[in-house]
Amino acid sequence: MPADTISNDVGLIRAGIAYRKRLDLLFGLLGIAALALGMLTIAALFTDMMIDGWQRLRPEFFTNFPSRRAAGAGILSAWVGSLLVMVVTAAMAVPLGVAAGIWLEEYAPKHWITDVVEININNLAGVPSIIYGLLALGLFVYTFHLGQTIRTAGLTLALLILPMVIVATREAIRSIPQMIREGAYALGATKWQTVQHHILPYSMPGILTGVIIGMARAIGETAPIVTIGALTFIAFLPPAPISETLPYINFEWLKAPFTVMPIQIFSWTSRPEAAFQQNAAAAGAVLVAMTLAMNGLAIWLRYRLRKNINW
Amino acid sequence: MKSAGTLALVGLVGLTTANLAHAQIVKLDGSSTVYPISEAVAEEFQKSKKNAIKVTVGISGTGGGFKKFCRGETDISNASRPILKSEMAECAKAGIKYYEIPVAFDALTVVVNPKNPVKQLTVPELKTMWEPSAQGKVTKWNQINPAFADAPLKLFGPGADSGTFDYFTEAINGKSKASRGDFTASEDDNVLVQGVQRDTGALAYFGFAYYSENKDKLKAVAIVDPKTGKAVEPSEKTVIDGSYQPLARPIFVYVSESAYKKADVAEFVAFYLKNAAKLSKDVKYVPLPQKAYDMASDHLKKGKLGTVFGGEAEVGVRIEDLLAREAKM
Repeated sequence: MPADTISNDVGLIRAGIAYRKRLDLLFGLLGIAALALGMLTIAALFTDMMIDGWQRLRPEFFTNFPSRRAAGAGILSAWVGSLLVMVVTAAMAVPLGVAAGIWLEEYAPKHWITDVVEININNLAGVPSIIYGLLALGLFVYTFHLGQTIRTAGLTLALLILPMVIVATREAIRSIPQMIREGAYALGATKWQTVQHHILPYSMPGILTGVIIGMARAIGETAPIVTIGALTFIAFLPPAPISETLPYINFEWLKAPFTVMPIQIFSWTSRPEAAFQQNAAAAGAVLVAMTLAMNGLAIWLRYRLRKNINW
Repeated sequence: MKSAGTLALVGLVGLTTANLAHAQIVKLDGSSTVYPISEAVAEEFQKSKKNAIKVTVGISGTGGGFKKFCRGETDISNASRPILKSEMAECAKAGIKYYEIPVAFDALTVVVNPKNPVKQLTVPELKTMWEPSAQGKVTKWNQINPAFADAPLKLFGPGADSGTFDYFTEAINGKSKASRGDFTASEDDNVLVQGVQRDTGALAYFGFAYYSENKDKLKAVAIVDPKTGKAVEPSEKTVIDGSYQPLARPIFVYVSESAYKKADVAEFVAFYLKNAAKLSKDVKYVPLPQKAYDMASDHLKKGKLGTVFGGEAEVGVRIEDLLAREAKM
């Protein structure tokens, strides 16, 4: 082959490489632009809320009840309500969701019935939240007479995030190498022993991430909570869960009427006085901060728990 | 995992414990128009009682409020219109009797952009704008009155679940809920305010409180009373003297008879009547004359149940008409 043809070929190859590298760079830039669009939107929203609501973000804002006077109004009943509803939601959705996920992944025989169950769970994750609200109104409020209470709201949101918890659990379990199970069985462990000592601890980071992301969604939900009858004005807190008399803890708070953050925000945005818009912005910033904190917790927990896994 | 299990167990126990005697809570629900007054009363009442009696107020619309009320779920229902026949039947079926208490007047206010030269509108003109047959056809101001500008007409109004919508359509189009559908509807009145503020050809209607808070951004249109032919602007004065017609309307609370037998509810209602005048003014509504509140107290004392409106949607009720009817009860 003549020398000049070779050098020509090399030139062509180099040009090709340079072209593909440019494409590579272009895609990288495109990705950054896509990311920036999302980040800038949330940053702009958050900044805007902070600017509007900054003046109201004082300690009293967190310790005052709602009021017709915007300057004295606070979010005490709303943030306590949101927190308690989240406790009920977690207490119901986590054990049920994790157990269901483990069963489907480790115990369930693989045939068409489990396939149908699987498809349905994935579909449930996409059902609009208002549908869960209507279901809860019919089931919890009218059939079981649980009332328009914290427990009803918690159960409703638990239903809403249950599919998410199940899917997250299954994903986490699937990422555990088969050899771990085989190793356990080889040593004579039963299925439950394998799950208890290996599957669950190793899948915990993934499960927790799923749970917390589900909770972060649930805390911002308005539609199902409005449907089951959350209140707009409530200027007292549920009974304390700890009492001075036997049995020291009580569950009266579960039966208390409530409001939550998104409803308080919505109620303020629709008020005629401009000062209430500041309150709404401040409460919005608090809600976003709560969601960010929950996601932050998820990341931290995942990091902590992953450190203990060594395979 | 253990802690999650314990938490679940604890949760289950809590969820299944029998319903113990309910803490004393006075429950209100219903119209978003009446909400600011009831909220103000609830706030002041709890303060004066040092939180010994608790009050909650929800918003589910006048109709939604009556549904809960007639199922016995609430003690008091906020209503921006009198109870209707169908609702009366539902309450009767459940054996729920009630006291009807007018608490204030509201002036439905028609507003336009401040740049719009229109100063007054007649009821027929408003009907041309809003009647169902106007849909897609009446799209310019000069179609309503040749004297108006050849400018596009953009309409804003509350959604169909609102008592305000019911009242306006009844007063203007002659039939409750009969309205053209091609307007921007929002349950949030601030959306309507912003709509009119941005568009010089826009027109909207909502409660007086929203106009009162946005006087610098909006212009209220004087409404020509079909009986006297005089154009009257909405204000506290014109509502009290009865000249702002037909868009002035009384708003109510309905108190369940069985709930009123409870001392807490009775105390709250007494507080409501005592402070309604002052507090309704605080939140930009027009208070009734003292006589009206005295009469309501009297009805409560003498156990006079039911409504003075007979379940009909009615417009153009003046304060004096209302008083005369209450007196005859």
